[in-house]
Amino acid sequence: MATTTMTMAKALNEGLRRAMEANKKVLVMGEDVGKLGGVFRITDGLQKDFGEDRVIDSPLAESAIVGTAVGLSIRGYRPVCEIQFDGFVYPAFDQIVSQVAKLHKRSDGVYTMSLVIRLPFQGGIGAIEHHSESPEAYFAHTAGLRVVSCATPEDAYWMIQQSIAHDDPIIFCEPKCRYWEKGEVDTERAPRGLFEAVVRRPGADVTVVGYGASVRTMLRAAEAAEAEGISLEVIDARSIAPLDLDTMAASLERTGRLVVVHEAPHTASIGSEIVSALTERCFYSLRAPGLQVSGYHTPYPPSRLEEDYRPSVDRILDAVDRVMGFES
Amino acid sequence: MIGEELVQLLTPEGERVSHPEYESSLTNDQIVSYYRDMVIVRRLCTESTSLQRQGQLALWAPIQGQEAAQIGAGRALQPMDFTFPTYREHGIAWCRGVPPADMLRLFRATSNGGWDPQKYRHSVPTVVLGNQALHAVGYAMGVQRDGAEEAVMAFFGDGASSQGDVLESFVWASSYNAPIVLFCQNNQWGISTPMSVQSKIPLYHRAHGFGFPGVRVDGNDLLAVYEVTKRALDNAREGGGPTLVEAYTYRLGAHTTSDDPTRYRIDAEVEVWRHRDPIERVKALLVREGTVKASYFDEVAEEAEGIALQLREDVLAMGKPDPITIFDHVYADEHPLIDEGRREMVELGVAGGGH
Repeated sequence: MATTTMTMAKALNEGLRRAMEANKKVLVMGEDVGKLGGVFRITDGLQKDFGEDRVIDSPLAESAIVGTAVGLSIRGYRPVCEIQFDGFVYPAFDQIVSQVAKLHKRSDGVYTMSLVIRLPFQGGIGAIEHHSESPEAYFAHTAGLRVVSCATPEDAYWMIQQSIAHDDPIIFCEPKCRYWEKGEVDTERAPRGLFEAVVRRPGADVTVVGYGASVRTMLRAAEAAEAEGISLEVIDARSIAPLDLDTMAASLERTGRLVVVHEAPHTASIGSEIVSALTERCFYSLRAPGLQVSGYHTPYPPSRLEEDYRPSVDRILDAVDRVMGFES
Repeated sequence: MIGEELVQLLTPEGERVSHPEYESSLTNDQIVSYYRDMVIVRRLCTESTSLQRQGQLALWAPIQGQEAAQIGAGRALQPMDFTFPTYREHGIAWCRGVPPADMLRLFRATSNGGWDPQKYRHSVPTVVLGNQALHAVGYAMGVQRDGAEEAVMAFFGDGASSQGDVLESFVWASSYNAPIVLFCQNNQWGISTPMSVQSKIPLYHRAHGFGFPGVRVDGNDLLAVYEVTKRALDNAREGGGPTLVEAYTYRLGAHTTSDDPTRYRIDAEVEVWRHRDPIERVKALLVREGTVKASYFDEVAEEAEGIALQLREDVLAMGKPDPITIFDHVYADEHPLIDEGRREMVELGVAGGGH
């Protein structure tokens, strides 16, 4: 086993590099992805090694980045679009929802929308407005799209390659506040499939599900809960659409208690979907209603306040106490 | 009204006129053949309108008045070129070989597409205004990367010319020198929105601001549209980059069968354009030059009648698809929610219920 320690940013970079080496139809395109290597340096060095035809510095218009990627995809290319920040994806929303998601269907399967839209998402980096949002539910809601999120460098390395190799369009959500955290990466073998959830920490009392940046927070909450004698089973959803409900339900059948953690407002969110779907599946095993720990129903706050907005260890523990409190 | 920069090679009276930059290269055989195309697509269009009025189509988007723009452009294309239409490019679809009945699947509401876009090298209809212009530029960037000698054509109208996607497509086409012809049929009306609200300058002038040539051609002049488009396509294939072609034309009919143009435009305007009818002027040319026998026009009309009747027959035979097909091709790979939906439909006993 060839295990290397690297940051998530480096893992994404290496994953992109490997995908580009494996298939010359793979292109990287977006704002500042070439010479600069992207504002987060995820594409650092790729243009130097693969040329300007394959690593395309684009003019600044998100709808066109995605719209031209659609055309390239029709031509047989596999574009990987970088949207610089979550809050800038909305100009491309029309192309993503009306075209990317629907052209495979509209063409009766003739077109494959083999493109990946990379989206640095969630908060935690002290940025100004529009740089810390969690728009994943908009895309999860749209049939024809798939949405995934990596939480570790190893997943970043493999999931980006699996997404590029996949024939459906994939919104690839990267927890930007975890870009610089290091982890072990097995570069020889993918540990699991792209759409599988994984139990990051086994436990017995409460199933805690989340994705992206929330996974680390959930693990910290599990350590704190253990000190209080409560055992949390932490599940990294990894795939946001479709959800791996089998893995989550298997856990919930044992624990009977569910807390879902994410940074978006909770109304009509991925958290709502997980609670609803698992309630249907595990109704007779539930000992308490499933709860969400999420962002509030407000715009993402000025970042001096973001740690009061984002799910914290304390807020997760509070939700854990509430689901535990339903026990007679 | 039209302006001196309009490229015209055939007057509304069917007289050939010279232009300093363009000369008609069409042989008599080609003119005769393209006249036939125009008559057939007009007849297909009136048949489709009737079908809609009889409750057989959900909607129809007529092209009356725009036949020269579409047949001129469509016949200038080479087989390997690729085209990205809106929902009104029936004349282009005809030139690309799409069977007429397939053009109506969208309007019969049995499909959101209707034909195999790779087979005909003519993409599926795009209903959201302007989206396809970016797809076309992206496809053209792929052509560039493949080193292929192919051109790409994006279609849009004066209405979509205000859309961000169309203007972004101008930027991208220019920045990457994409092998593309951006073909705008300016039919003067975006449903009820007149051209004067869309742009204070002639649309073809916009190209200059984006750094590539724009040409305004008489969109009701088959000869001129063919030459202008052919040169733009040749230029694209040879690496010369994009051209905006503004085919200056007129929508003689309604926007769609749901529209009532008498509410927003006056008859006198329509009358002016009726005198510029694209088919009549080619007919006048053919008569003037004695290119065909007098009986030719009746023969073509008769042939068009037969094709229209066949279309009617094919459309009426198009039944409701099996509901289970709702789940086909949503994803290329397996998806649990698709499986779940299929299972539910089978359990409800609805699957297999098409007729």
